[in-house]
Amino acid sequence: MYVSRFRAIRSSLMLHRPFFQPSHYQVHAMRPHSSIVSRCRLKSPWLFHLNSGSCNGCDIEILSVLSPRYDLERYGCQLVASPRHADVLLVTGAVTRQMLPRVIRVFEQIPEFKVVVAIGNCAINGCVFSQSEMIVGPVDKHIPVDTRVHGCPPRPEEIIKGVMAAMEAGLGNKSTNEK
Amino acid sequence: MYKSETTMTDPTRIIPVHYDCFKLPFGPVHPALKEPISINVTVKKEEILDVDIRLGHVNRGIEKLAQSRNLVQAIHLIERVCGICSHSHTTCFVQGLEKLSSIDISVKAAYLRTVLFELERMHSHLLLLGVVAQEIGFTTVFMHAFHMREHILDLFERLTGNRIHHAMNVIGGVRWDLNPGLVSSIHVSLNVVESSIKVLRDAFKDKTAEKRLCGVGRLDPSDALGLGVVGPVARGSGLVIDARKDNPYAAYKDLAGAFSVITMQGKDAYSRIEVRIQELFESINIIRAALDEMPAGSLEKCENPMRLSRKVPAGEVVSAVEAPRGELFYYIKTDGKDGLSRLHIRTPTFANIVALKDILVGGEIADIPAALASLDPCISCTTRMIVLGEN
Repeated sequence: MYVSRFRAIRSSLMLHRPFFQPSHYQVHAMRPHSSIVSRCRLKSPWLFHLNSGSCNGCDIEILSVLSPRYDLERYGCQLVASPRHADVLLVTGAVTRQMLPRVIRVFEQIPEFKVVVAIGNCAINGCVFSQSEMIVGPVDKHIPVDTRVHGCPPRPEEIIKGVMAAMEAGLGNKSTNEK
Repeated sequence: MYKSETTMTDPTRIIPVHYDCFKLPFGPVHPALKEPISINVTVKKEEILDVDIRLGHVNRGIEKLAQSRNLVQAIHLIERVCGICSHSHTTCFVQGLEKLSSIDISVKAAYLRTVLFELERMHSHLLLLGVVAQEIGFTTVFMHAFHMREHILDLFERLTGNRIHHAMNVIGGVRWDLNPGLVSSIHVSLNVVESSIKVLRDAFKDKTAEKRLCGVGRLDPSDALGLGVVGPVARGSGLVIDARKDNPYAAYKDLAGAFSVITMQGKDAYSRIEVRIQELFESINIIRAALDEMPAGSLEKCENPMRLSRKVPAGEVVSAVEAPRGELFYYIKTDGKDGLSRLHIRTPTFANIVALKDILVGGEIADIPAALASLDPCISCTTRMIVLGEN
């Protein structure tokens, strides 16, 4: 029965939030994972892209990352259609009021262990929209964020770096701890 | 199919249930959608009976936010209305302010705005062609179009320092000048892109692509005129509408001979795509002509934009440009104290998205992604505050 340091920090973050179900997360955190699953995840992280109210700038840079010039797929990454297939959640945009329930729901639909990458200044601190009444705060106010990629929009190289850093910080840490 | 039978006797509690039609929700988070939009489609077997569009998922309150900024900050904000057509938004806003305070920008600045404008149109159209190809299951063309797009983005970066939000426009001119080395590299890139667009054009002439797009999402010219659609959607239905010709701005008056308005008579998704492919060639012609006719010498140094912004008098003005998706319209009301008292933005997608119902009704479920993509919707532009009534 092992809880990695990373997971412990994350579950403590979640416990005081009313819309998360603490029991659900504790059960998953306590479940021992086979190392083969963790290793496979590290080699082929699947991404889900969620637009929580961005200006399209970051979204088209994510598409560029998957195009032949930058080719994120060489790291085994793949953009998937359903959050239930994904390991990594790429969130762009300052969260709008309308999208908040969807952001939380998509986050909950991603199976454990999940990693969240906030892409762009909007997702990190709201950027130019931070004072708007329609914005309900940056992403990490509502879901735990593992890696932040700065820029408005960030360059494709930085998005790749952010996804890789997230994999090392999140999934990699877990898989090494489980040995 | 059996009919619904209500067992309740109270007539006020009878809820009509139609077992022969089914409501299919799309979005706001859906694999076929790149941006949050909610489309509820009522279907009978495969046939679409009704479409209900809900916008507002990406409403960031930009119009309200702009009222709390000064004019120079507002340019920054307005650039972030949309990441794909950011230069169109700032050009439209800045030229409105210039009209209001009767500032004449230098000829070279106007030409540079035009060059950037057309490069933006190319990158937007290539993006769309890639997305359409992906929607019809033609991933090779998607990758090809995105690879071509990178050439244009490289030019943006060399011209302005940024790939997406260019920050090129200031009140009274542009921020950066061209150097001779850059002019030749633009020509080289345009040659590369031109030969690749020919490949794209042939790819879309393939029978599979034609079968997926021809006859899908028909929009008759009379309907198009009635709905007030703009841009390539209107031109794909045979309407000759182009703000670059009808209402020339920047350097389009001088370059009017370098391009023609592309129209197609097919009225379907395929002709809307074809219009965009042909417009790519026209954009290349415009850029080449603009680089040739651009006045020699360095860019005239314009007055300090902060000082100019303080000189903008109180008043109201409208401004329109032809963004990649159609006519973009701004209503600007300034307070005379370096601020805005009202800003209204009507984006091309806001005009085009209403045609979605006409396009989809009568079609099949499998055609929804292709028909939607052929409109080239940009939801983050479109979303404004919408009041749906008291109830």
